[in-house]
Amino acid sequence: MATLVIAEHENGALKGATLNTVTAAQQLGGDIDLLVAGSDCGAAAEAAAQVAGVNKVLLADADCYNHQLAENLAQLVTELSSGYSHILAPATTTGKNFMPRVAAALDVAQISDIVSVEGADTFKRPIYAGNAIATVQSSDAVKVITVRTTAFDAAGEGGSASVEALSAAHDAGVSSFVKEELAVSDRPELTSAKVIISGGRGMANGENFEMLEKVADKLGAAVGASRAAVDAGYVPNDMQVGQTGKIVAPELYIAVGISGAIQHLAGMKDSKYIVAINKDEEAPIFQVADYGLVADLFDAVPELEQKL
Amino acid sequence: MKVLVAVKRVVDYNVKIRVKSDESGVDLANVKMAMNPFCEIAVEEAVRLKESGAADEIVVVSMGPKACQEQIRTAMALGADRGIQIETDEDLESLAVAKLLAKVVEEEQPGLVILGKQSIDSDNNQTGQMLGAITGMPQGTFASEVNLGEGIVDVTREVDGGLQTLSLKMPAIVTTDLRLNEPRYASLPNIMKAKRKPLDVKTPADYGVDVTPRLKTLKVEAPAQREAGILVSSVDELVEKLKNEAKVI
Repeated sequence: MATLVIAEHENGALKGATLNTVTAAQQLGGDIDLLVAGSDCGAAAEAAAQVAGVNKVLLADADCYNHQLAENLAQLVTELSSGYSHILAPATTTGKNFMPRVAAALDVAQISDIVSVEGADTFKRPIYAGNAIATVQSSDAVKVITVRTTAFDAAGEGGSASVEALSAAHDAGVSSFVKEELAVSDRPELTSAKVIISGGRGMANGENFEMLEKVADKLGAAVGASRAAVDAGYVPNDMQVGQTGKIVAPELYIAVGISGAIQHLAGMKDSKYIVAINKDEEAPIFQVADYGLVADLFDAVPELEQKL
Repeated sequence: MKVLVAVKRVVDYNVKIRVKSDESGVDLANVKMAMNPFCEIAVEEAVRLKESGAADEIVVVSMGPKACQEQIRTAMALGADRGIQIETDEDLESLAVAKLLAKVVEEEQPGLVILGKQSIDSDNNQTGQMLGAITGMPQGTFASEVNLGEGIVDVTREVDGGLQTLSLKMPAIVTTDLRLNEPRYASLPNIMKAKRKPLDVKTPADYGVDVTPRLKTLKVEAPAQREAGILVSSVDELVEKLKNEAKVI
């Protein structure tokens, strides 16, 4: 039994999601190899070699793997799959994008978004926006799995794996990268932040999110949003927390002007402590909040900032 | 150009589902069903392409028991021209759906296949990508903008860090995210007209596809419930609790 984990990386550094995925792989038992595919990603491979519990790092450094285009990356992973019983990737927008192509190419099912490893072939995963948890058993020879990163701790450092360079370069020639507009922020990333403050429709407009940013700066927090706030155009999509946005589980989640639709709760209800600030005391968010404050957010949030 | 749209019948997104007491699944008896919201966005995008003159025919396909014809008729009322139902009582997994869709693609030769990025029941987020692997077509998943060019389609995607735009050679696959468009409502005359549009009924066997599930669901449980906490009366009390009780700030 051996597991291939597909690493996620950016500018020569491993992304945190990879470390959570390695922990899930460790729970399967067996050797763990890490694939770093991209362009100019040697530094990321060196970082990957230091992750505890990794046996070997495979480095595929070629232009065609730049931006992790699904068509090209899936061909590479499919080719590398022989000899592995499990192939794991984080359930990020990158992992969700290419992994099903790998599964279909191997003629196996994919098990999406697992939250626990019950055995080598049995896993738990949320369905219906997390309103039910299914335990599923796979009969396929290779298990292709995406991992909900908030459900697993990050693997530590201290490994000293060898790095093996691959010469493979698959360019399917059907897709190409045009551009990207990535959010630039000095604040922590939503998916790894210890504290998150999120705003909903109650924020009324995008400018008012500045109030949340001020609180975030005092707490070292990330700023998130509900779907309603993103749909209304207050803030960009990368801030969305929820069933179809980002799944987060910080130590502290502060929901401001968020009513608490089940699709939003699906993305944050595993947070350790939840605070809700809302003027509507009937809002469903209060049913999951550890601390609720029924108040006008335009009074409460500036006061909170002052008193921190 | 022909556009193929796949739609799924799911529990209406407003319904709060219940897990069966024997943990065998989710209770679907007498529950309101509807078209998966992401599939509605897929239908809307196809209709807009047709209205702009870029597409000349929209074929809608759904798979499942006879009841899923309702969702095909809904798509027709919104503007799809004809429908294909692949009838089965099997609870199809994404791989089986993708294999069946690949057969439909082979027959219909669409320039674009539009699907929802995930269904809100199984939350798999797999079918479009799997169809891509089987057919060799490129994919633009989680789309928030679709722009057709000459033999190519540019797709802007909602990714974790923001937005990414890819250029795909057609035929191509697009899976929809929430902000691609706002689906319209069907008008009564269009609902009536939809009843007369052609709808073919097929079976997986007609396409020679084995739809045997690869995964066995051992049990389905309700998630651990959070206990409701307390209401605080002031910001001062909130800060005090966070500092001294929760110790998170």
